Amino acid sequence: MNAAGDFIVRGDNLTKRFERPKLEPIMALDHVSFGARHGALTALVGPDGAGKTTLLRLAAGLMRADEGTLTVLGLDAAEQPQAIQSRISYMPQRFGLYEDLSVQENLDLYADLHGVSPEQRAERYPRLMEMTALAPFLNRLAGKLSGGMKQKLGLACTLVRSPDLLLLDEPTVGVDPLSRRELWDIVSGLVENEGLSVVVSTSYMDEAERSAHVVVLHEGHVLASGTPKELMAQANGHSFLAMSRRATPARKLQADLIDRAEVIDAVPHGGQVRTVFRDREPLSLQDVTFEPTPPALEDSLMMLLRHETGEHAAASAALNLSKNASQEHSEVVIEVHDLVRKFGDFTAVNRTSFGVRRGEVFGLLGPNGAGKTTTFRMLCGLLPATSGTLKVAGADLRRARAEARQNIGYVAQKFSLYGDISVLENLQFFAGAYGLRNARAVERIEWALENFELKERTSSTAGSLPGGFQRRLAMAAALLHEPAIVFLDEPTSGADPLARREFWRRIGSLADHGTTIVVTTHFMEEAEYCDRIMIQDAGTMLAIGTPEEVRRQAGSADEPAHSMEDAFIRIVEQARERAQRQEHAA
Amino acid sequence: MSDQNVHSQRLSWQRLRALTVKETRQLLRDKSNLMVGLFLPVVLILVFGYGLSFDIKNAPVAIVSQDNSPTARDVISGFYLSPYFTVTQLRSMEEAQRLMRAGKVEAIVYLQSDFSRRLAASNATIQVLVNGVDANRARVLESFAQGAIAQWSNKRAVAGASQAAAPPVRLETRLWFNEANTSTHFLVPGLIVLIMTLNGALLTSLVMAREWERGTLESLFVTPINTGELIASKLIPYFGVGLVGLAMCLLAGKFLFFVPIRGSLILIVLISMLYLLVSLSLGLLISAATKNQFLASQIALITSFLPALMLSGFIFDLRSVPAIVRAISTVLPPTYYVEALQTLFLAGNVPGLLIKDTAVLIAASIVLFVLIRINTRKQLA
Repeated sequence: MNAAGDFIVRGDNLTKRFERPKLEPIMALDHVSFGARHGALTALVGPDGAGKTTLLRLAAGLMRADEGTLTVLGLDAAEQPQAIQSRISYMPQRFGLYEDLSVQENLDLYADLHGVSPEQRAERYPRLMEMTALAPFLNRLAGKLSGGMKQKLGLACTLVRSPDLLLLDEPTVGVDPLSRRELWDIVSGLVENEGLSVVVSTSYMDEAERSAHVVVLHEGHVLASGTPKELMAQANGHSFLAMSRRATPARKLQADLIDRAEVIDAVPHGGQVRTVFRDREPLSLQDVTFEPTPPALEDSLMMLLRHETGEHAAASAALNLSKNASQEHSEVVIEVHDLVRKFGDFTAVNRTSFGVRRGEVFGLLGPNGAGKTTTFRMLCGLLPATSGTLKVAGADLRRARAEARQNIGYVAQKFSLYGDISVLENLQFFAGAYGLRNARAVERIEWALENFELKERTSSTAGSLPGGFQRRLAMAAALLHEPAIVFLDEPTSGADPLARREFWRRIGSLADHGTTIVVTTHFMEEAEYCDRIMIQDAGTMLAIGTPEEVRRQAGSADEPAHSMEDAFIRIVEQARERAQRQEHAA
Repeated sequence: MSDQNVHSQRLSWQRLRALTVKETRQLLRDKSNLMVGLFLPVVLILVFGYGLSFDIKNAPVAIVSQDNSPTARDVISGFYLSPYFTVTQLRSMEEAQRLMRAGKVEAIVYLQSDFSRRLAASNATIQVLVNGVDANRARVLESFAQGAIAQWSNKRAVAGASQAAAPPVRLETRLWFNEANTSTHFLVPGLIVLIMTLNGALLTSLVMAREWERGTLESLFVTPINTGELIASKLIPYFGVGLVGLAMCLLAGKFLFFVPIRGSLILIVLISMLYLLVSLSLGLLISAATKNQFLASQIALITSFLPALMLSGFIFDLRSVPAIVRAISTVLPPTYYVEALQTLFLAGNVPGLLIKDTAVLIAASIVLFVLIRINTRKQLA
């Protein structure tokens, strides 16, 4: 039909530079060539700053490439952006929902803008409602929806008519596993049943595995592209499952493995450690068995990235800590009894009790709106509890909040340092705020710069740092006063696989030295790094225990839960069914 | 498909309506918008109407007279009788000067010891010293002092007619257009300028920047909308808010402050709508160029509201400001709007002046429109 052949998006030698005052321009895309086929799902994967978002924005006609040509729907994206924009749908990373408009009003706005006729709407809306399950919330303001529902509404707004091409930029960042699965069911349904062409960027490899074609980007270059199978073939024979014969927790075994030069990647998985070796031979370690396993897409991605960067990021991430590692680890440092928090007549957290021991990594998991953040804020003393007792580091949070805070480090989900002052100044400020003085302050700041690899960036303003550095700086600031307990709210949300491994390596070394860690996460496989986890939904505690115990609770004899994600979805769905049955009975 | 492309280049009423409805809903749901748009005008009307007044009454004046003749006493009594002055009689000029420096008196009237003798020779002088820190106030005081002296002089002329002596001085001062010199009469037109500027520039300075900050434009851009529709949809609802503000001012002017409307009411409304367009466009331009709500509101305040308040001739008479300030004020649209409104309210329809003012405002809105178009492209970088 045209020169682009069966490619719906085709880029040749695309280059996009972002100029920076007084600095070298950033090469967001450096001679990138790629293609996305008609009627198929194409995934763009790669770490932060790989150029995924820039590529999608070029395809949406929102930016012009500095060099190269980009053809979308047979049209030149630089010459005819409006013609392209009239035919495609695009969902940016932060979908621009109007938060002060209701669900219905948002949908109507986009339907009007696309000139969707009333007849088409009558046919389209019920299907969108069925797909997104938003029907009960049509009159609710978009700003009052949970994160997952917002993403579904964003997707619905892009689907008010049948686009010729759908571009999705990290549609599932910050979305819980249940909502993530629902979103993907919608997208794959459209591809399979209607032959919709979709280009999606993602940092979830399991999402990329569902696509027909994967393009791996890194720092503006294409590292590899092909079908998931072709890409996975590279890792053939390199992947093994490691298991300790001495019941060492998966987290500790993983930390041991990932520090070794022979190991490309190691992640805890279902009580074992998924290990990718540089060679096709596993190491021989005492008390550890290695079983060959079929490769996953993430394995080959890690091989590609390690090959490209040449460094072993996670190995250097282990923190240099002075504390005595052989401390008594049975002491309970967080004690929660019958914790309740109400907002008006809405119960955000309902009668929750648990304890966390010193040096434990404790994970809070739950869908959007489960009460994780509320629980978290009460533990940090940021929000008073409605009732119940709450003891953190020996201090009763309902009375002696200031005292408890001395022992607490807190890393908020949003970047909450001062963007317009330098890295060093931020650390100096936080050292002062925690009451560190003179030599002690200098020593701790030096430690932070050293251990979080911020030395080369001390004079950059915090706001200008790339996302990964900002997260590291935030964590460094929270650890300056050597808190006994560290709280991290979604620390890996939006982080790429490399950054996530570094992060967990640091967390592991902190816990080994007696620091207690409480963390929330949306990445279910990350729950495997925790010693114990708690799953919440609708304010209620559904499960608590080691990852192993929780998986066992979720599975049945004939149908064991293999991954934490499976376990999580089952536990939450079972609880919701129970609640529905009770409602019907009443 | 291709007809859809052509379609999107032209203005679509459906899209414009959808965007305008969206904008209006946002406007009505955001309480802070309504505060600025409707509540603030009410506050301004009351504050400026009742609280702020440039009327001079009972100004403290020192009279130093070294002449004890009945004629001199006659002159002095004229000041005592005036409602504009509160008189303190002093012996020496030194003391008077001290009081003036201390801010205790605003003017000194000085009669020399040979006043009545020189009056007979028809070359008498009365020295009037006015504190000139506030130039406007000084000018008014000066004219009031002249008035007091003139009254005495006239009275003397009438009385002395039989003596066939020509009056030594003949002063005639009249204030035109605002005979009572009531400051609310020129404050209300100024107030309308202020409120039109506030509604226009300050409110719209936020709207485009808000869409940039919240990331909503990125989604909106990848639809068939064109920038003309986007700009128009932002102007229409705020134009409505501006008209409500205008109506409130006109009603308050008529029924609360009894300001005369000597010109055509229709002309007042038309030129106000034109100015509203200028000020809305200025706000939108700032918003589109800065893409940041905080910065946009600060710039809007500095470039529109403050000049409208300080440099338009609303509070400070442009004839008594330094040349450079006057030069700046001649390029600011509010200056012309103030001139047009004050003329329409207090003098009547003066075609030459109104045509000039209208032409300047039309030119300003065209320039702003072009700048907005340049600054609003469907591009992220």
